[in-house]
Amino acid sequence: MNKKKWLSTPYLIWMIAFTVIPLLLIGYYGFTTRDGSFTIQNITAIFSPAHSKALLKSLYLSLLCTVVCLLLAYPLALILKNKNVGQGGFVIMIFILPMWMNFLLRTYAWLNLLDDGGIIERIFSLVNIPYQSIIGTDAAIILGMVYNFLPFMILPLFNVLTKMDENVINAASDLGANSFQTFIKIILPLSLPGIVSGITMVFVPSLTTFVISDLLGARKIMLIGNIIEQEFSIADNRHLGSGLSLVLMIFILASMALINRYDKNGEGNAF
Amino acid sequence: MKFKRFFSQIYLTLIFIFLYAPIAVLIVFSFNSGKGSRFDGFSLRWYEELFQSEMILDALWNTLFIAVTSALIATIIGLISCIGISALKGKPKAVYMALNNIPMLNSELVTGLSLMLVFAAFGLTAGYPTILIAHITFNIPYVILSIMPRLRQTNKSTYEAAIDLGASPTYAFYKVVLPELMPGIFSGFLLAFTMSLDDFIITYFTRGAGINTLSTLIYSEVRKGIKPTINALSTIMFVSVLLLLFFINRPKKATNEIL
Amino acid sequence: MRKKYLVITAALSLSLTFAGCSDSNSEEANQGNVVKVYNWGDYIDEDVIAQFEEETGIDVIYDTFSTNEEMYAKIASDPSLYDVICPSDYMIQKMIENNLLSEINWDNVPNIENIDSLMMDRVSDFDPGNKYTVPYTYGTVGILYNTSMVDEEITSWDVLWDETYKNNIIMQDSVRDAFAVALKKLGYSLNSTNEHELEQAKDLLHEQYPLVKAYAIDEVRDKMINGAAALGVIYSGEYLYCSEENPDLAYVVPEEGSNLWIDGWVITSGSKNKENAEKWLDFLARPEIALKNFEYITYSTPNVAAQEMIDEEYLEDPAVFPDEEIINRCEIFQYLGQEMEDLYYEMWKLVK
Repeated sequence: MNKKKWLSTPYLIWMIAFTVIPLLLIGYYGFTTRDGSFTIQNITAIFSPAHSKALLKSLYLSLLCTVVCLLLAYPLALILKNKNVGQGGFVIMIFILPMWMNFLLRTYAWLNLLDDGGIIERIFSLVNIPYQSIIGTDAAIILGMVYNFLPFMILPLFNVLTKMDENVINAASDLGANSFQTFIKIILPLSLPGIVSGITMVFVPSLTTFVISDLLGARKIMLIGNIIEQEFSIADNRHLGSGLSLVLMIFILASMALINRYDKNGEGNAF
Repeated sequence: MKFKRFFSQIYLTLIFIFLYAPIAVLIVFSFNSGKGSRFDGFSLRWYEELFQSEMILDALWNTLFIAVTSALIATIIGLISCIGISALKGKPKAVYMALNNIPMLNSELVTGLSLMLVFAAFGLTAGYPTILIAHITFNIPYVILSIMPRLRQTNKSTYEAAIDLGASPTYAFYKVVLPELMPGIFSGFLLAFTMSLDDFIITYFTRGAGINTLSTLIYSEVRKGIKPTINALSTIMFVSVLLLLFFINRPKKATNEIL
Repeated sequence: MRKKYLVITAALSLSLTFAGCSDSNSEEANQGNVVKVYNWGDYIDEDVIAQFEEETGIDVIYDTFSTNEEMYAKIASDPSLYDVICPSDYMIQKMIENNLLSEINWDNVPNIENIDSLMMDRVSDFDPGNKYTVPYTYGTVGILYNTSMVDEEITSWDVLWDETYKNNIIMQDSVRDAFAVALKKLGYSLNSTNEHELEQAKDLLHEQYPLVKAYAIDEVRDKMINGAAALGVIYSGEYLYCSEENPDLAYVVPEEGSNLWIDGWVITSGSKNKENAEKWLDFLARPEIALKNFEYITYSTPNVAAQEMIDEEYLEDPAVFPDEEIINRCEIFQYLGQEMEDLYYEMWKLVK
């Protein structure tokens, strides 16, 4: 039986080569200057106005996006559960299907919809409502984020809700709880693992995105993802880029730790 | 109660529209005779151009090749590791799982960047191998998360019974355990394939000269103004996946088991 | 049913894998006869690539970038990634200083004599002794404006700070170009290394931020053609194409002066296909090829032999081929050193 253990080693080596060492390398670059001497300036650089502004903006937009996703997805998951669709796979497919159409292209399509002279403007002008393009504003970026990451919130919620033991809910109403009480006291606490993993899966990509802001932000809005990406791709400064990445990672880990306190069983897996 | 049902129906429809409106736009514009954001009339022009555009067809080929290969390798490695993990206990297991979770927590941005740095440090020239390694790296965790729950549920006693009846451990594994894991393996593969197919960020940082996937090609074209040929291609891909799913779903409701 | 999945999956994967192996093998075999080209987006007539492949039997691996800086980051991380690239003046200087380029053997590029000797003189400012560069295009940076949306005659950069055009301005999204506009408006050199001057330029650009509809590079062209904005900062080479698509568009180089830029083909120091790269350079300097490219990308060519075949009408349009008077107002970018570049970029991040 113990021989089986060795089956885990190939992937362990793989992880060391392509997960651990790369991270150590980020750490190395993050704490050195261009000429290789030690510095902490790449870390403290997060406090410079341009960087902290971008980080705060990213935090604000990704939190907002997470809240919107949760508020949109929870009722949806409840409705789907109550509909007793049965064919879980089919429901899930409906939300995974858009992913088969390229993510950049789908986001780009929003540009066609929202931009000046776009489809929405033409629809609005038919009914004589003035329309101001939201491209280049926070609203456009939130929309892009919610659009792209909503399925990641729906799936874990749906999963956890359908697996919930009906008897518990029935027992609550038998004991005289109204539907609101049942929801607050029973359904919500039991669905916490789903909420937690949904939040994780929405918050992290939206905190670090640079593509959505690039496409829908008219490049007027710099998120921390844009700053880091451009340190590598434009400023050719992998040291500063790595330093800022380290800070970003700390933020992610801290928020994960915070969220996971609510998911003690660690059962909130989406798939 | 009726009101409630009506309301939920509306809600479902709205979300559905939200998710599918951009896709509808892309499909409609793939039949546009003009190039801009105004619909000038129906035409199959972009479909014709699509099959003449070597660049797009190359990118399509690369995308599919990378998605299938990386998903396949990730599934194999993932399956082997799952069996290994199941034999681990306590601290080593926790550390192992924590390492496995890093690419998922780390955001694609940091994963992509750190892999780019490591390839440069190892002196690997960016190309197919680097993209593949990168995709496999971020695919394996999804595979493991799909297979592990199944493995936990499998009934140990059937495996032991098979051994008692004289089967070799390998034979017993193939005959007893593997079939039970199959839905998990398949969903892991599908998930890995989809993630890889839709990935932009990691490919963007690890790709080499002249190798484009659809994502990176689209990203560079977005800046110059996208041509509807890409819409045409996406429409074809979307419709074929839709049909495929439809047929898989029809005869038996087996997709339940997939995800 | 499960078995069926397995079979389908396996079959699909295997067939793709095998096909993939054979595909990469054939690429491997071709390795000896390729040239890896890294060019600006939409900066060549694709027929020219096909013609080159057909004539020489060399496979062209073609890739594009959208800023000099983006290109540099790639090449600096691995100089063997591409064989020939097409950077601008100051970036060529930077690459020479950092040993990223390889000297051209002019015996293999006889068509260099088609290039304007005056242009070769200008190139020697950033490429001393003309060792590395085959000039490809040149031009100015100016304002493209839509005459149906702008009533006044534009002569100055000031218009880009005019409140009446709020949300109607498209600004260049590249560090040096954006700073050049602000520095010139302030009356400074666009190669300023004076921190105080840069600070002022940064403040000016920040002040402009609320008026800007979008920061863009390659997209400026399409947006201006579609009438999405009244004013756009753009390279002169785009003017001809834009005005043909939308006759309302006009181009001006403001009187405070601007940037004169030269894009040229160079060979990387890591190139493993140097002879093929030189064939590429020579091919592009052929008069009829240069003409073909001019007709497609509409950027002015320094190829004298090609110019002889171009319509008088274009040659005399100062927006297409800048005249002496305009050129005298303009400055060429210089590479200012890594420290200065970092400073420019630090400042640029504070603009948005």
